Order: sequence, then C-alpha cells, then structure tokens
Amino acid sequence: MYNYYLTIVLAPLAAAIIAGLAGKQIGRAGAHWVTIFGVGISCALSLLVLKNMFWGGAQAENISVYLWAVTDGLHMEVGFLVDRLTALMMCVVTFVSLMVHIYTIGYMHEDPGYQRFFSYISLFTFSMLMLVMSNNFLQLFFGWEAVGLVSYLLIGFWFKKETAIFANLKAFLVNRVGDFGFILGIAGVVMFTGSLDYATVFGSAESVAGQTLEVLPGSPWNAMTVICILLFIGAMGKSAQAPLHVWLPDSMEGPTPISALIHAATMVTAGIFMVARMSPLFELSTAALGFVIIIGSVTAFFMGLLGIVQNDIKRVVAYSTLSQLGYMTVALGASAYSAAIFHLMTHAFFKALLFLAAGSVIIAMHHEQDIRKMGGIRKYMPITYWTSLVGSLALIGFPGSSGFFSKDLLIEAVKESHWHHGATAGDQLTYWIAYLSVLLGVFVTALYSFRMFFLVFHGKERMDAETKSHLHETPAVVTVPLILLAIPSAVIGWFTVGPVLFGDYFGDAIQVQSAHDVLAHMGEAWHGSLGLLTHAWQTPVFWLAAAGVFVAWFLYLKRPDIPETIKDKVSPLYNLLDRKYYFDDLYIKGFAAGGRNLGKFLWQKGDELIIDGILVNGTAKAVGRLAGVMRQIQTGYLYTYAFAMIIGLTMLLGWLIWLR
Amino acid sequence: MLANYLLSFLIWFPIVGGLGLLVIGDGGDTHSSQAKLMRVAALAFTTITFLASVALYLAFNNAEPGMQFVERAPWVEAFNVWYYVGVDGISAPLILLTTFITPLVVIAGWDSIKSRPAQYFAAFLILEGLMIGVFSALDGLLFYVFWEAMLIPMFLIIGVWGGERRVYATLKFFLYTFLGSVLMLVAFIYLYLQTGGFDLFGFMNVSIGMTAQKLIFLAFLIAFAVKVPMWPVHTWLPDAHVEAPTGGSVILAAIMLKMGGYGFVRLSLPIVPDGSAYFSGLMIALSLIAIVYIGFVALMQKDMKKLIAYSSIAHMGFVTLGMFLLWSIAADTGAGLGMTGAMVQMISHGLISGAMFLCVGVMYDRMHSRQIADYGGVANTMPVFAAFMVLFSMANAGLPGTSGFVGEFMVIVASFKANFWYAFLAATTLILGAAYTLWMVKRVLYGDVANDNVAELTDLNSREFIVLAILAASVLLVGLWPAPLVDMMNTTIEQLMQQIAQSKL
Repeated sequence: MYNYYLTIVLAPLAAAIIAGLAGKQIGRAGAHWVTIFGVGISCALSLLVLKNMFWGGAQAENISVYLWAVTDGLHMEVGFLVDRLTALMMCVVTFVSLMVHIYTIGYMHEDPGYQRFFSYISLFTFSMLMLVMSNNFLQLFFGWEAVGLVSYLLIGFWFKKETAIFANLKAFLVNRVGDFGFILGIAGVVMFTGSLDYATVFGSAESVAGQTLEVLPGSPWNAMTVICILLFIGAMGKSAQAPLHVWLPDSMEGPTPISALIHAATMVTAGIFMVARMSPLFELSTAALGFVIIIGSVTAFFMGLLGIVQNDIKRVVAYSTLSQLGYMTVALGASAYSAAIFHLMTHAFFKALLFLAAGSVIIAMHHEQDIRKMGGIRKYMPITYWTSLVGSLALIGFPGSSGFFSKDLLIEAVKESHWHHGATAGDQLTYWIAYLSVLLGVFVTALYSFRMFFLVFHGKERMDAETKSHLHETPAVVTVPLILLAIPSAVIGWFTVGPVLFGDYFGDAIQVQSAHDVLAHMGEAWHGSLGLLTHAWQTPVFWLAAAGVFVAWFLYLKRPDIPETIKDKVSPLYNLLDRKYYFDDLYIKGFAAGGRNLGKFLWQKGDELIIDGILVNGTAKAVGRLAGVMRQIQTGYLYTYAFAMIIGLTMLLGWLIWLR
Repeated sequence: MLANYLLSFLIWFPIVGGLGLLVIGDGGDTHSSQAKLMRVAALAFTTITFLASVALYLAFNNAEPGMQFVERAPWVEAFNVWYYVGVDGISAPLILLTTFITPLVVIAGWDSIKSRPAQYFAAFLILEGLMIGVFSALDGLLFYVFWEAMLIPMFLIIGVWGGERRVYATLKFFLYTFLGSVLMLVAFIYLYLQTGGFDLFGFMNVSIGMTAQKLIFLAFLIAFAVKVPMWPVHTWLPDAHVEAPTGGSVILAAIMLKMGGYGFVRLSLPIVPDGSAYFSGLMIALSLIAIVYIGFVALMQKDMKKLIAYSSIAHMGFVTLGMFLLWSIAADTGAGLGMTGAMVQMISHGLISGAMFLCVGVMYDRMHSRQIADYGGVANTMPVFAAFMVLFSMANAGLPGTSGFVGEFMVIVASFKANFWYAFLAATTLILGAAYTLWMVKRVLYGDVANDNVAELTDLNSREFIVLAILAASVLLVGLWPAPLVDMMNTTIEQLMQQIAQSKL
C-alpha cells in the first residue's frame, strides 16, 4: 500500500506545482484538468484504502518515508500512519476537494488568477493529507502550518481588496497564537517521552501522566494536563474555538470555493482530528478534557447566536461553522471522540454543500452577498434551492438526514458522559454547561439557518430589477457538485452511524478509558438507525429544531416587522451580538495596538534614546569632549611645553627632596 | 595532493583574484569591455571557489569529530605562531555558506553597481577569502588577523558604495566591532602566556582558574556579542544595513553575523567552559530579550532594511539561546539538540536574510526607496518577484518546510527541557516573527497599486530571477531535508558537548 499512500499525497502536490509554475503554458483548461486529475487520483485511491479497511480487514499501517534529521537521539521523520481514522479523513478531504475543484471551474471562470487558484487548492489538498496521514508530531506540525499558509494565500487571493488582505493577515496571526501553544505542547511531548513518533509517545503516555511540571514555582502540575492543554490551544486556533475564533468570519473575504473546502469542511476540522488522534493522551487528563468541553460549549452556543444577526450570506454560514465546530469539541471533551469525528464527516458534506450553494446564489446575484437584498430566489434556481434545503435540514438535524444522526447522538453522548455521572460539583457544573449549550444550540441553529433560508429563497423579491432580469440557475459545473454533496448530506448518516459509533469502526485508532466510554455504554441500547429514527419525535432535540424553524418562519416571513422592533427594544443586546461580543475590538485595540505601542516604545526609548543616545553616542561625545580638553593642552607652542616641563620638574624635585 | 591544500586554496584563491581585480581595475569606465571582463572574472573566481568547497563537502568525513583538511606550517617562529588551519562539522557548513552566497552577491551586483565595479567586486573577493580564513583558522593569532582584516573590506564596501549617512554608519560599525575585538586579543595574549603558543587546542587543554575564566569569557563575550549582535550592543547593525549597498547587506547578514556565533562555539565554550557555565544565565536572558524585545521593535520599523536587520537580531537570539542551554538541562537529555538547532539556525538565517536583503535590493534598484510607505500593491506589477518574496517572508516567519523552521524548532524543544518559560518566551517568535514580516508583506506587496512609481515597475530580469530561484531552492531543500546538513555537524557537536561538560578548573 506504500505506493498508494505516496501517490495519494504526491498527486495533488505535482498538480499544484504544474498549475503554479507552468500555468501560463498549460492555460486555463490545462490548469483545471491537471489539478482535477491529481485530486481525482487521490480521491479514488483514498476510497480504495477505506474500502480495504472497512470490508477488506486491512490493518493499520505505520510507514516511514524518509529521515528528516536525527540529532542527539531525537529521530525526526516523515512518515504515514494510515489507520481507520486516517482513512476516513482522507476520503472526506479528497472527496470535498474534488467537488470544490469542479465547482471552481464555474465559480472562478472569469477570474484572471484562475491557474493560481487551482494551484493553491491542490497545494491545500496535499498539505491537509500530510496532516491527517502523519505518523509523528513534526509532520503534523508541518501539515498544520502548511494548511495555514494556503489558507493565508487563499483568503488574500484577491489581494487588491483591502478587507481581504486584512483578513488573511489576521487569520495567520490568530492561528499563530494557537500554534504558539501547539509547538510548546510538542516540546513538552519531546521532553517527557524523548520522541516525536505517535506510537512511541502513546506507548509511554501512562508514565508521563505520573510526572509533574513546575510551570509556576512551587505548584507542580500534572505533565499530561499541561501538554494536552497546550496542544489543545493549537486546536483552538485552527478549529476557531473561542476566544481564538475571530479569524474565521473574516476569512469569508476569500473566494467561496475555499470557504467551503478550507473554512468549513476540512482545515478547520484539523483541530478536532488532532484531539481525536491524541485520544490516548487526552484520556489521561480529566482536567484537560474539562478545559476542552467548556471551550467547546461556549463556542457552540455563543457563536451560534451571532449567526442570527448576520446579513452576509457567507457570514451566517461561517458562524454556523463556528458553532458546529464547538459541538465537535464538546464531544471530544465528553470522551466521545467517535461522535466528534462522525459529526465532522457529516458536517463536511452538508456545510460544504451550504457554502457552495451560497456561492451559487452569489454568482446568480452578481456577487451580491446581503440577504436583505435577496428573497424569492426559489423559482429562479430550483437545483440550488432544493440542495440548500437538504443542506439546511441536515444542519438542523432533521430526522433521517446525516446531521440528525450525528448531532442527536452527540447530544445524547454529552448527556450520558462521565461528567454527568461525576461525583464532584465541578463535574456536575461542567455537565450542565455542556449539555445546555448543545441542547439550546439546536434551537439557535434552526433559527439562523432557516432565517437565512427563508430570506434568500422565499418571500418578497427584494433585489433590483437589473439583477432580477439576469437571475437564473447556475451552470452544471456548479450544480453537479451541489447534487453530489447533497446525496451524502441526506443519506450517509443512515448507513454509517451504526458501524462508526457503535461498531468499533475506529478500533485502536481512538482509545477511551472504560470509565469515560460513553459510546460503549450507549451502544448497549442501540437498535439501529431505524430505531433511532422512530423515536426521533420523542427527543427534545426534534422539538427545539422544529421550534427554531417555526420562529424563523414567523419572524422573517410572516411578521418581518417584529425583528425590527426587537432590534430597537433590546438594542444593548443587539449591539453586543452585532459587535460580536467586542472580541475584535479587544484584539485590535488591545493586543494589536498595544503591541505596536510597545514596539514603538522599545524602539524609540530603548534603542534610540537609551542605547544609542546615551550609551553609544554619549560615549562618543564624552570621548570627543575629553579629546577637546586634551587638545587644549597640546597647543603646539614651545613655551607651553617648556612651562609644563618646568612645573613637572619642580614637583618631582620637591617630592624627592622634602618627602623622602 | 590537492586535497592537502584545499583549505588554503579556498582562503587565498579569492584573495589573489581580488588583488588581481584591484590591480587591473575597470579603466575608469563602468561600461568598458574591461569592466565587463572584471565582472566575469569576479564571477569566475567565486564560482571556482564554490566548486572547490563542493569538493571539500564531498571529501568531508561526517564520522570524524576532529579537524580535517589540516594544514600546519610555522609562521612567526619567535612567538610560536603557526599557519594552522582545518575544518570540522561546525566550521565546514559555514564555509559552504560563504562560498555559496558570494557568487550570488556578485551576480546581484552585476548591473546595479555603477561606480568602480572592479574595486567593488575585488572587495567581495578579498572579504570572502578572509571570512573563510576566520572559519578555518586554528591558531589564535591567525584567527585574530583574519578577524580584524575582514573589517577592512566591509568598511570600504559600506563607506564607498553606501548610502547618504554612510560615514556615521561605517564609523559606528568599525568602532563597535573593533573595540570588541581588541579585548579578544588581550585574552589571547593571556592564554599565550599560559601555554606558550597560540594553538587553539592548547588553549582548550590548559587548565584555567575561575577568575581568569570569567574574565576571558567576558573579553570574548564583548567581541562576539557585538558581531552576533546581541542586545544591547546591536544598534550598529540597523544603521550599517541601511547604508550598505545590497551586496554588503547580504554578506553582513548572511555571513559576518555568524562570526559571533562561531566565536562562541569555537572559543568561548571549549576554552572557558566554567566561565561559560557561570555566565550562561546571563546569555540566556540576553538571548530571550533579543527574541522578544527586538521582535516588538522590528514591528514598528518603517524602513524595510531596518526591519530585516532587526529581524536578524531576533533570529540570532535563537543561536545564542541554543548554545547556552547546556547547563540548564539535565545531563544527556537533549542539550545537543539546542546546539544543533543553533548551528542550523546560523546556516538558515544566512540563506533567508540574504534572500530578504536581495529582495529589498531588487525593489530599491527600481524605486530608490526603502520606505515601506512608498510601496503598496507591488504584486500587481511584479507577480514573480512577489511570489519569491512571500516565500522568503514565510521562511523568515519560520514556516515548516522552509529552513527557518528547523533551527527554531530544535531550540524551542531544547529550551522547554531547560525551563518552561524559556520556551514560552522563545516561542513568541511564532507570533512576533509572523507579525512583523507579514505586515510588511501586506503593506509592500498586497493592495491596489499605490502610486505611479509602483505602476511602472517591471518584474524580475533573468539575472535576478536566477539568484532568487537558487536561494529559494536552498531554503526549501534545507527545510524539507535538513539531514545532510545535520549529519555533517552531529559527531563534532557530540564531542563538543562532552568537552564543554568537563570542568577545566
């Protein structure tokens, strides 16, 4: 299988290099064919790998590709660990990437940077595959930063746009704050295990958990807790968890295909994948899991609320992504890693679908993104309408859709988690915060999703006559990917929920301590997809979602005057949401401006005033002044020297005669 | 046979070439065929030197921890001074860096040097030989002679071909570095009196009392800290860079700064290990200040060359940090990682800072400005150049897959073992380095075309393209596969670590 793995990784890289360096020579069609071919090969082989794992009984493989460097006993390698977790991620990444490649032909067909765009998205696919297929922390970090680089390049793809180049710098720097924690976590792993290799590190995890690290003098902390929290800070950056979430909404400045691929389906889920991959470590630190679940809860609920007040079609979906990433994080914190990955998979399909559908609307609307200027588009764009409906239903967890299975069971897992059964008040508090967040989040999700859906596709046609006259369904390169993504969004949960969550699909790839193993516990009561479906209407999740859709319908179609009244009546609350809880203001006015002021202070007061002004030039001046005094003595007149000699001689003689 | 004199060839061939260029001159006309011939000759001399260093690399034995290619002949017998040269895994990579960068500087200066081209190229040739001399000298006095002689061509390069405030900058540069190295000479004389010779191995083997070790360490520290440069003796560097011509900046950043780091490894650590241990806390503190303090200062620079100069100081902080971690880490658990990281960082910084200064030079040749505010939207008119500059900027920000990551990663990992807070402060470079580099990229390359001057920019010519492409390839090669470089250093560093760990009291 080694050659397969190598081909899966290198095909998109080769395509990216060809499209990037020889873009002019191969032309626009050449660029999209070569990259589609590259990622197509990757996708086909990834599916084959998954098939061999799933039905062929193929075992996990741990292969070294080449030795990066070895020094002082530390082996740094590039290699692949392909187990069932990796295989699933490979398929999700390459499939969504393939759809986005095809879609891009339609979305970007007038753009002068066509070849560059294809080169970037193929490079992204390569980087993401390196990340998920890594068998060690070094390569993980390489992939981690490489996807960050491509994200930076793609958010700033339209580099003439001031907002775009602001957003890409912001995204890179906020991610770097996360990476700051991540690299320290990796350093901690090396310190306690002496290795970067997953297998070795996981093998010695137990011994690490017994050691302590004195971060603050006099207070020894559990080494595993420190390591896991540091690693998770990396995940908070990449997977946009509060308070490092601020970059993701702004990343919508990039072209829509990459919002779907990078900022919804794949890259932002890297943090979720990473924590699941590190389950043998996180399982050994309850404190770290508590940190994870609280961060996830806050993100899931509060970021969802922001989606309700957004008017930019892409930003609504972006806040929805933040909230759903919060859900996945909550599942990680509840030790339901499989549930997190399962939601990651279904979310990849329906969220990519929603973004691409939003893009389809944007094309038809001639790059208008304000949903207040849309409405009634249903009849002009039937395919986009129906696929959007599938995506939205999956997002809110409509019974039977893929999102239903993943979200319903995720919430169930939180409810049954070890936090609920914990003895301490802290455990109970954690449980209630997490459970209420994910439960109430269901209502919020349904509200913002269908608010957008109704405002875009139903109701009055609010666009201008010019736009309306051009309004029509987008071409097949756009709609076919929508349909191909709508299919798994609708049905994949039904087939896969049993084996993935309760059939021990992941095997050794995910390790859970028996006391935490909520999914095993739930598996005892599992009676298949149909069983869950028939009980769907009995759960609070269903009714909360239905209430959300109803409220959205009532407020935005039936009585659109009410939201305006609410906005006026509770303006402080509205402002709080509109200003996104003032996080951006805090970061920009606090940290960014503070950093600049500190830099200015150190430069002008430290370097220029003290070091150069006083020490260096001051010394030079002092030497100059001393020289000036000395120069007075050396007048060049003979009598001065003679006089000095006489005085000196007199003093010397006086000393000899009288003092001795 | 030839291999026996390979090092001498590397040292003297470019010097002889440079003297030849000086004697022949360009005939007073920069466009004459003679001037053209001089350019070709300079390129030929530096290329042959590079090829000779490739031969050195191929013949180099990675398994040998000691000196190779050793040449030894009496020089001043009255004082027991020897012409004694050799290389090991620490100096050989630095020599390769020197011979690799110099031809690129010659190509980069091909058209942009308008006055006295023959003398300009001669200065670089002579400088190259002297720098290789510093990296291979094993006799204290020989080392000192090369060390001081090296200042003269650089002094002239800045003073003759420099910018408006070149007189202030050259004087500052010269006085700072000269004052520093005089104290090194005093230390050498003391050691000469102890050992009866200037042999560096004699210095390493003689036992020295603690007070003397401390004083010698401080004497060395002043000499080397100025060169690195370490905070707070760094302020000559931004001024020197701003006034230096592009080629001067490249050599200064890429190679001359490495002299300081090399001095610590070759002299301070093995000759006065106990003195080094005593001051290691100070060294770590100064290194961390360089990384954090200078990172903030770099953020606010308005002049691109100053920004890159400050970024160099911050990056060199990793070199000194990696070297002095040894005593904070429990025995045998990864202090070597910090040392390797420091050495790799020196090579990597040579490539990246050289490339960054060349990028600024490309823009300066067209716009005659280094001010960030004069630019904006350069990517519109120079897309190929912009691609290169983004790559080098990412390398400067330490992106994995580029050489900038390798050393920083190793040093951060090693410093975590020493103390969580060392690693914490060192890792701020992930944020600060990205902030100052990419903010500059945003303001210079991205955005709409800022003014008419930017609108009229032309993209890279083939000469500039070749230079940047070669550097880009090397930055990626070291980033994706540092093993050949690290393997060269491993055995020497292992031996060095053992040597340092032994007290010499």
